[in-house]
Amino acid sequence: MSKELVNAIADMREEDALRIVREMVESDSDPMTILDAAREAMAVVGQRYEEGTYFLPELMLAGEMLGQITEIVKPALAKAPEVTRYGKVVIGTVQGDIHDIGKNIVTFMLDVNGFAVLDLGVDVPPQKFVEAIRDFQPQVVGLSGFLTLAFDTMKETVDAIKEAGLRDGVKIMIGGGQVNEEIKAYTGADAYGRDAMAGVSLAKQWVGAK
Amino acid sequence: MGKQLSPDEKLEALWQGKLSPKDPQGNALQFQSPEAEKAYKERIIRFKDAIEMKKLPDRVPVTVFPSMFPWTSAGMTVEEAMYDYGKCAEVFQNFVLEFEPDVHWGAYAPGPGKFFEILDYKLYSWPGHGVAPEHCYQCNEGEYMKPEEYDALIQDPSGYFINVYLPRVFGALGGFQMLPFFPGILEMYGVALNFIPFGLPPVQNTFQALFKAGAEALQWIGAIGGADGALATFGFPNILGGFTKAPFDVIGDTLRGTKGIMLDIYRRPDKLLKAMEVLTPLMIKMGIGSAQATGNPLIFIPLHKGADGFLSDEQFKKFFWPTLKEVILGLIEGGCVPLPALEGFWNTRLEIVQDIPQGKTLWMVDQSDMVQVKKTLGRNACLLGNVPSSMLSLGTPQEVRDYVKNLIETVGKDGGLIVCNGAFFDHAKPENVKAMVDSTKEYGVYK
Repeated sequence: MSKELVNAIADMREEDALRIVREMVESDSDPMTILDAAREAMAVVGQRYEEGTYFLPELMLAGEMLGQITEIVKPALAKAPEVTRYGKVVIGTVQGDIHDIGKNIVTFMLDVNGFAVLDLGVDVPPQKFVEAIRDFQPQVVGLSGFLTLAFDTMKETVDAIKEAGLRDGVKIMIGGGQVNEEIKAYTGADAYGRDAMAGVSLAKQWVGAK
Repeated sequence: MGKQLSPDEKLEALWQGKLSPKDPQGNALQFQSPEAEKAYKERIIRFKDAIEMKKLPDRVPVTVFPSMFPWTSAGMTVEEAMYDYGKCAEVFQNFVLEFEPDVHWGAYAPGPGKFFEILDYKLYSWPGHGVAPEHCYQCNEGEYMKPEEYDALIQDPSGYFINVYLPRVFGALGGFQMLPFFPGILEMYGVALNFIPFGLPPVQNTFQALFKAGAEALQWIGAIGGADGALATFGFPNILGGFTKAPFDVIGDTLRGTKGIMLDIYRRPDKLLKAMEVLTPLMIKMGIGSAQATGNPLIFIPLHKGADGFLSDEQFKKFFWPTLKEVILGLIEGGCVPLPALEGFWNTRLEIVQDIPQGKTLWMVDQSDMVQVKKTLGRNACLLGNVPSSMLSLGTPQEVRDYVKNLIETVGKDGGLIVCNGAFFDHAKPENVKAMVDSTKEYGVYK
């Protein structure tokens, strides 16, 4: 049944997926089996997104399905499931900018690709990034920004990380709106990604994941 | 009444009106000098020729279509530009006189801060209200329309906006929830019942706020519109007639939010399609109405959620393009020049959107591959763009000059190009913006 569940989620059949999950719960299936199937399906969704057959509607619906399935399974779970992660990423939209769609997509894609992601939200001051790097110890930092004002606050954030003595311990990627190679050079980031897939492959490359 | 004007005649009437401008009293506009008058007319004709693609203009037209740059570059904060209407207009006027673009787009971008305060606008955060004084206002996207409200929107879009949507995005318009159903006002018997809400305090408070907001909007337009009039006397026309939107973006940006509309594609595709169909004539009406009111033919259509990466080609063809195309054709029919803006990247959509009548539209191009755009959409439409924000912000004047020269050589040599920034920008080096304008005038002359 779990194969059926994987297919239902991956093929965007929401009602089927939820029905199968309820049936599995009722027949006392191990909740971990259900969650593993959901995670396997998310990986398929992520892959299809990378291949260019899936787009935002599918990513968002997959996220919704995962949320609903987790809610259904939760009461039967003894403890929070352990997930092996490739590495850790701190991500946020830089100070002054409150746009979050692009950042959320990158976060979702990093998550389904096996990263632990700490999302600091929008309008994040440089100091908050610094604190998060100290506490969460990520290998990768992602700075997002949509407006031209973000060019400067991205630079300020990179500088603040440098001043805190944390720059050598992290790789920094930037993205969003008008960001390109030129902005990368200006901000002192290590790389820029044009889309969520680029962000994922940068992060994978930096933590040495395949 | 005489015979109905054809679409071309309606548009020509707008252009001709533009070419014989009037002052606020309705008399012929007094220009600062005969040179200013000559330049004013040449600039309009230059734009018109470029858009129509029938004959080459005298040179490639150039314009600057910024967001907050005119004010930030003058050392003003966005907050000041939003609250000091007189200074906002004056600084904009100086910006146009200094940079000398062929046409300008008015000082409308900052908008009246006090007005937004009076109505307690929630759809945006602006300086002093969730955004720092020096930063531009930004949209608070959300699910302002619930999924179960599609039927209400479809049945009566105006009623839905009045009773449900507007009270959600304007804190001061709560009284609108109580307004009566106007098509029910029919006969003497019982008619007074419909008017009871106007006697109730919440509705009366809302109307008090509206009176204040209206007065504020009037004060603002007096200053901002004044800049348009003054600039015309110096020879710089504003040809922007207003804006409208793609029905998919009306729902995705304003009503359901990105997540909402993306989920609707799977969960309630028929309702989404029906709602867009209902909104289409309204979006056409909105554009034509503002072109007629301002006498300016260009109707701006910012395009958001059809860009590369948002939807599959199939979804784009089914959900985004059909109603946008209908809006474009409807505006043309109404004598307007649609100005869709391909914000971000649209490389995968070019083959689809090129299916429009030739010489009737102007497309702002941001980061799409201009050579590719020229080969597809550019065969049928004039292109406006696309000097990158990053270059204007961080590059050198020489880099901008090289970019413009290349753009003119590769995209503009047979016409159909207007040089402009590709995306709205708040910050740039003034010398780079100047280089964009000046180098177009230098390299863009058609021989």
